Amino acid sequence: MINTGDILETIRMVDDQNLDVRTITLSLSLLDCADADGKKVEKKVYDKVMRRAGKLVEVGEKLSSELGIPIVNKRVSVTPVSIVGAPSGDYVGIARVLDRAAGEIGIDFLGGYSALVHKDMTDSERDFLLTIPEAISSTKKLCSSVNVASTRSGINMDAVALMGRIIKDLAERTKDNDALGCAKFVVFANAVEDNPFMAGAFTGLGEGEATINVGVSGPGVVAAALKNCKGADLTTVADVIKKTAFKITRAGQLVGTKAAELLGAKFGIVDLSLAPTPAIGDSVAEILEIMGLSSVGGHGTTAALALLNDAVKKGGVMASGMVGGLSGAFIPVSEDAGMIAAVRAGKLSLSKLEAMTAVCSVGLDMIAVPGDTSAETISAIIADECAIGVVNNKTTAVRVIPVPGMNVGDEVSFGGLLGSAPVMPVSDVDSSEFIGRGGIIPAPLHSLKN
Amino acid sequence: MKAIVTVLGKDKVGIIADIAILMKKYGVNICDISQTLMQDYFTMIMLVDLTLCKADFTVLQSELKKAGEEIGVDIRIQHQDLFDSMHKI
Repeated sequence: MINTGDILETIRMVDDQNLDVRTITLSLSLLDCADADGKKVEKKVYDKVMRRAGKLVEVGEKLSSELGIPIVNKRVSVTPVSIVGAPSGDYVGIARVLDRAAGEIGIDFLGGYSALVHKDMTDSERDFLLTIPEAISSTKKLCSSVNVASTRSGINMDAVALMGRIIKDLAERTKDNDALGCAKFVVFANAVEDNPFMAGAFTGLGEGEATINVGVSGPGVVAAALKNCKGADLTTVADVIKKTAFKITRAGQLVGTKAAELLGAKFGIVDLSLAPTPAIGDSVAEILEIMGLSSVGGHGTTAALALLNDAVKKGGVMASGMVGGLSGAFIPVSEDAGMIAAVRAGKLSLSKLEAMTAVCSVGLDMIAVPGDTSAETISAIIADECAIGVVNNKTTAVRVIPVPGMNVGDEVSFGGLLGSAPVMPVSDVDSSEFIGRGGIIPAPLHSLKN
Repeated sequence: MKAIVTVLGKDKVGIIADIAILMKKYGVNICDISQTLMQDYFTMIMLVDLTLCKADFTVLQSELKKAGEEIGVDIRIQHQDLFDSMHKI
């Protein structure tokens, strides 16, 4: 039977509240493509991406039209290139064929120019890491990530120190595009193997041959639902968010299951994330403000975000057979109109953002900092985020953009989903001696947890 | 395959008739109709069966959209699955 109210609610969510499926990401194993001959690897990698992901965009568009829900991005993630390319050492060559394949099949991004060095790095991994600036600055759709810390092994501070230098190099190489390269590179603690979101998606070694992972969205839908319960207590607010998250997640689950079937892949997970876009009415910050903060960034922001994040997960878990990925609210500055406004108004600082990352996914994301920020300071920012992730047993990440020639007060615009970001001040305290020490910050104790 | 057709727009004479004729033309069976006026705003929802439909889904979709533009209403057709998934446990 037709329930008019339910049908119109869904249509309103799509038309007026920006409900969409943010991404269907095909996670593809390239382990069988490794070869000591660089040219052979390149051919195998190209052929496999074309064969397995060739129809991804077509399938995404078909489902979007049949179901009547936008699927914003179609993406591919692959086995970390540091592993696939190790026998040949031909990392940049693989980067270029991946980018070419991504362009030819028409996907939005391809992730997996990645390495896992959370405890230590091999000689070939060190060689790989040094190629990241060249690979990312000379490709269009390729994304890169490096895991430098984990709760089990601690924080690899040698890698953290190197990450600061890589980010600076990447910024310099892409300075003509406002350091856009840095938007395609993320540093993780406790990286997950089935993440569908960029820039951090890669196919973990525990994953199968070809899997569809889905990232849902819907901050606008949550905001609209909360506008209808003005004055209600926070228990009610949490309940409304749960119910809304359930509906959003079900849409993701449906799209993922159908896409996997059409592509001959397995269905993996739904990532229960509230991913904002720069569009008005698609903002996580706005949700926090509807809860009663006059601006995101004030006292109470962390508590409001913790409530939101937890309620989204509780509603989503009920709605999906398999939940994974990053699963939580995203707080990228440049991609969220409310965050941008709060930074411009001086209400949201880097310190507050850091505190917020302790209770949500995923970390300091899409934050522009002055171009003269030193590599050591960036490494220190990464080390702080890693500490939050490692100690709290959660994923954290850093995607900062030191824009050459720009200072606090300037604003950088990346366009599209990446949005625009006011340059934020960083501390002028010199942390270089601490970063210069290197070594490992040992894994934390898992008992005596106060 | 079952689908949901929604028609939204300003009320006028003959909207249901125009759409029903179109459905017949394409071999689409109408299983259920719910229609109401919300402040002069015509809102109709149809549950249709596409088993005997003579056209491809995307063709039907664009034909309905085109017809809607001629009649002056917004017509869309979507797979029933999305509504079932979102509103039923």
